[in-house]
Amino acid sequence: MTTAADKAKAPPIDVPRDGPDLTGPKLEKMLDKTWASPPGFIGWLSSVDHKDIGRRYIVTALVFLALAGLLAAAMRLQLSRPGNNFISPARYNEIFTMHGTTMMFLFAVPVMQGVQIFLTPLMIGTRATAFPRLNAFSYWTYLAGGCLLWVAFLLNIGPDIGWFSYPPLSGPQYGIGKRADIWAQMVTFTEIAALAAAVSLVATILKQRAPGMTLARMPLFVWATLVTSLMVIFSMPSVALASSMLLSDRLVGTQFYNPAENGDALLWQHLFWFFGHPEVYIIFLPATGFISEIVATFSRRSIVHYPIVVLSLVGTGILAFGLWVHHMFATGLPRVGYSFFTAASIAVSVPTGLQIFCWIATLWEGRPRMQVPLLYVVGFIFTFVIGGLSGVMIAAVPLDLQLHDTYFIVAHFHYVLIGGAVFPLLGAITYWYPKFTGRMMSEGLGKVSFWMIFLGFQLAFFPMHIAGLYGMPRRVYTYPAGMGLELPNLLSSIGSAVVALSVLLFVINMVKSALAGDRADSNPWDAPSLEWAAASPPPRYNFAHIPVVDSRTPLWDAGETISVVHGLRVDDRELLLTSVMSAEPDVREPSAEPSPWPLIAALALTVMFVGSIFSPWAVLFGAIPVSIALIAWFWPKSPTPHPEPTIA
Amino acid sequence: MSLRPSFTRDISALPTHGFSIRSLTWWGVIGYMVIEGAAFALTIAAYFFLMSHEQHWAPQPWEPPNPIAGTLFTAVMLLSEIPNTMAKKAAEAYDVPKVRMLLPWLVGIGLLLLVVRGFEFNSLNVLWYDNAYGSILWALLLLHTLHIGTDWVDTIVLWLLMRTPHGEEPRRLVDTSENSLYWRFVWLSWIPIYLLIYWVPRMFR
Repeated sequence: MTTAADKAKAPPIDVPRDGPDLTGPKLEKMLDKTWASPPGFIGWLSSVDHKDIGRRYIVTALVFLALAGLLAAAMRLQLSRPGNNFISPARYNEIFTMHGTTMMFLFAVPVMQGVQIFLTPLMIGTRATAFPRLNAFSYWTYLAGGCLLWVAFLLNIGPDIGWFSYPPLSGPQYGIGKRADIWAQMVTFTEIAALAAAVSLVATILKQRAPGMTLARMPLFVWATLVTSLMVIFSMPSVALASSMLLSDRLVGTQFYNPAENGDALLWQHLFWFFGHPEVYIIFLPATGFISEIVATFSRRSIVHYPIVVLSLVGTGILAFGLWVHHMFATGLPRVGYSFFTAASIAVSVPTGLQIFCWIATLWEGRPRMQVPLLYVVGFIFTFVIGGLSGVMIAAVPLDLQLHDTYFIVAHFHYVLIGGAVFPLLGAITYWYPKFTGRMMSEGLGKVSFWMIFLGFQLAFFPMHIAGLYGMPRRVYTYPAGMGLELPNLLSSIGSAVVALSVLLFVINMVKSALAGDRADSNPWDAPSLEWAAASPPPRYNFAHIPVVDSRTPLWDAGETISVVHGLRVDDRELLLTSVMSAEPDVREPSAEPSPWPLIAALALTVMFVGSIFSPWAVLFGAIPVSIALIAWFWPKSPTPHPEPTIA
Repeated sequence: MSLRPSFTRDISALPTHGFSIRSLTWWGVIGYMVIEGAAFALTIAAYFFLMSHEQHWAPQPWEPPNPIAGTLFTAVMLLSEIPNTMAKKAAEAYDVPKVRMLLPWLVGIGLLLLVVRGFEFNSLNVLWYDNAYGSILWALLLLHTLHIGTDWVDTIVLWLLMRTPHGEEPRRLVDTSENSLYWRFVWLSWIPIYLLIYWVPRMFR
């Protein structure tokens, strides 16, 4: 019998491999077969292709965006005139909670991760993510969390405690029924999903870059993905812990947040915002990655001062963990705490400011083409700078105490989140649409929807600054007449209707273009990064041969040919692993086959989590099917093992 | 690919597995160690936050936990690193028979630890609903038990897998090596928790 030591030393076996003798259509046909998902509905459910999972993430997140947008429209209708009774106070509480929760947990973070899952392997020149089944599990878990929240809302047991769910309002004493539990368990689902995706992305980026793609040659979007994934890994445990403690306070009578037993409601705020503030940058940094890619392509030059942009990303990622207490200025802090967190909050604007200067310099030095993706970048710069400036204003404690929980804050964070993340996202969807679908989006419709959303947004959210300065509080279902709030609110409501129409137009453009848009070739924008070397849409295996990179703009430097390595197996899913820093070829590793087990594991997890809303025993007994599903997932499926022996 | 390929290096002679930072498994395990380490660190931060609200720790009239079971647990856990290191080294030397011999020992040690852990819960001298002090002690112990339990099931599965012909594959030896790495995290993370549960409440009475 051959021992493991023999197997580790044996030469490579004779199987079909890509190379000069096996290339072109013949190779592509074989790779198609190897990397195909199984046919039929079960096959669809079993897919572990990062492009399928990325697309599913994006589409699902956009559905949640639409749902949360409808709730926003309902709130603006209610607030369009004083003393309105279109929505009852209790329903209003549910609606703003659902709006914020859905936007933050079910739209903003997942949509960014969806784009990252889709694009990262293509941008670094590999065939799959590091843990394809974990990615699939991540998606199903996210979907289950989203369904839990929305089914509960439709059953009239949706949460009504605000998107940050402060105890004691969410605690056992005031948060009666199961509304708060559903919120807390939805958080657990989405955090598990985000963490799973983040681990997979970090490993993919560090180990699967194309040969020659050193860290210093990585596309800026991949840098942004690396930094945000690490931020997810360090911040999301905090909210998962906080929500578990909240559930246990509610279910088994622990006293974490109960001041009567020397717990503290502020413990929640610390743990929540230790996650919640980095979360803002987890949403924003991928958007800066979109912008860096779009600006480079549409200026037709590489980003000015690439190292500064990278350092800004890393710097923002680190500083983001030192700001959380500025959400708690109104709770009372030691004076040194006020000073420290004010200084840190102002300091974080420095790296972001540097990035903005680098983009402006790139546009200045290049030959900008004013197509839709770049229009969104310009819209971003204008809007985000306003939001950034109001952020610096409220970093000052005296002003923050005055404006805390007013519409000024609502205006500020919509400027940074919509201006800073949604505008770049819409630009990114337009830019990478050919990769997602193989077709171009309509430029004309795109321009109309850009101008509508840009102007509609300013009309909707700028007057909120004024309403806030006049003292209008957040989260109150109406306001009295005669306080100067009528006009700003009416303008906001009109603006939000324009925004809603423009988003509808954007979606119409997406659907229409997917069905009948112009067919895109592999690199329709003449972009420099590797994803544009793959066909539009990319085949299952992404690249027939693994490309070699020797600059930051490989496709601009490539000419008619592209350097590739060869020798990966064609009969089996195989990846090339490279060294972490210098991306030297190191190991060939097999990649996971499609499997229904990630879905089954996510379903078992769903049973366990939903059960644990009602009984602590569900955690114990629910763990059994989860364990069985995970074991089935990991257990090697081939009856007789036949991987290839290799040289150690 | 619409660009014509220009072939450079042949990579067919590269190995199909690697230990430590060369393997994806290692990066996955490290990722989860960081996540769980962050969760432990934050729970410990919550411990000190709640401690700052009390005049005494353990708060009166509660007695600090009885350290006998916890100390026994710690001793067994520290000793478990000996067979754990042996298993890791055997895996990295492709010594399958030795791995097959050592894994059941690790499974046995995990079971023993789970039994001792049961006595630990019984020696805290406070219940989770008594006050915030009780809640955070139970949280720390429960969180760590989750890790012992997960690793125990994981080691059983690995042991069963290594007994099959799959165990002859070098990649399964990488799994064995990374399983040992994870066990190191489990016992290393226990040391601060042990001090916080059993000794800090004695020092600040």
